[in-house]
Amino acid sequence: MVPVSYYLVLSAILFGLGVLGFVFKRNIITIFMAIELMLNGVNLAFVSFSRALGQLQGQVFVFFVIVVAAAEAAVGLAIIILIARNRQSLNVERVNLLKL
Amino acid sequence: MTVQLVIFFLLAGVAVAGALSLILQRHPIHSALSLVVVMMALAGLYLLQGAEFIAAVQIIVYAGAIMVLFVFVIMLLNAGEEERTNLSRMARYVGLPLGTFLLLQLVFWIRRAPAPAAALSAGPAPTRKLAMMLFQDFVFPFELTSILILIAILGALVLAKRES
Repeated sequence: MVPVSYYLVLSAILFGLGVLGFVFKRNIITIFMAIELMLNGVNLAFVSFSRALGQLQGQVFVFFVIVVAAAEAAVGLAIIILIARNRQSLNVERVNLLKL
Repeated sequence: MTVQLVIFFLLAGVAVAGALSLILQRHPIHSALSLVVVMMALAGLYLLQGAEFIAAVQIIVYAGAIMVLFVFVIMLLNAGEEERTNLSRMARYVGLPLGTFLLLQLVFWIRRAPAPAAALSAGPAPTRKLAMMLFQDFVFPFELTSILILIAILGALVLAKRES
């Protein structure tokens, strides 16, 4: 049996790498993928706790997170297509309409 | 070292390598494929924890549907390599230390936290029980998610529509 703390450390590492990608990347699609990576890290923590506590609610929650991620991907990618069409670029620094 | 531990470290290594590759690759299509690798490794980890249903959903919905959508959009927009700007230099000198600090903090505090109570059910979580829970206790949120998906589809259609 693998200890729960191993899974939690892995989940923290994945979440941290997602944050790093979010801060680092300039391409808007890659930033979006970094968000998905963070969601996956949290999902892993949910499943680990679900097993550790012997309750299934965690897995139900992962199911809902996946559904919301799918909805988010659909709307987010539509917005990305719009930005690419209007700015002719996927660089987030070109999207500075709200900047002073 | 048991077989389970070996499998865990194998899959964890693949997942972390995939996540690192996602950040380090310059081309978005390579990042997307790295993310698929991470999802596959995570599905294996879910299987290792006895969550068969979640593992299947992870592969079918995440790796199958969401990542195909990503790859599709990357190809549609013909996304090239990302370009360097002044801000990316700032991100390197400020963002990298801060991000690494956050990562280390997370790992440190999780390692120090007391372990939760011992596992009650060591065996695989029955998918049947999960289904009962989903359609009895959580039936209202479940129906809400279907409305959410519907609204998301409509929103995506309206957003991406070409104005004539």
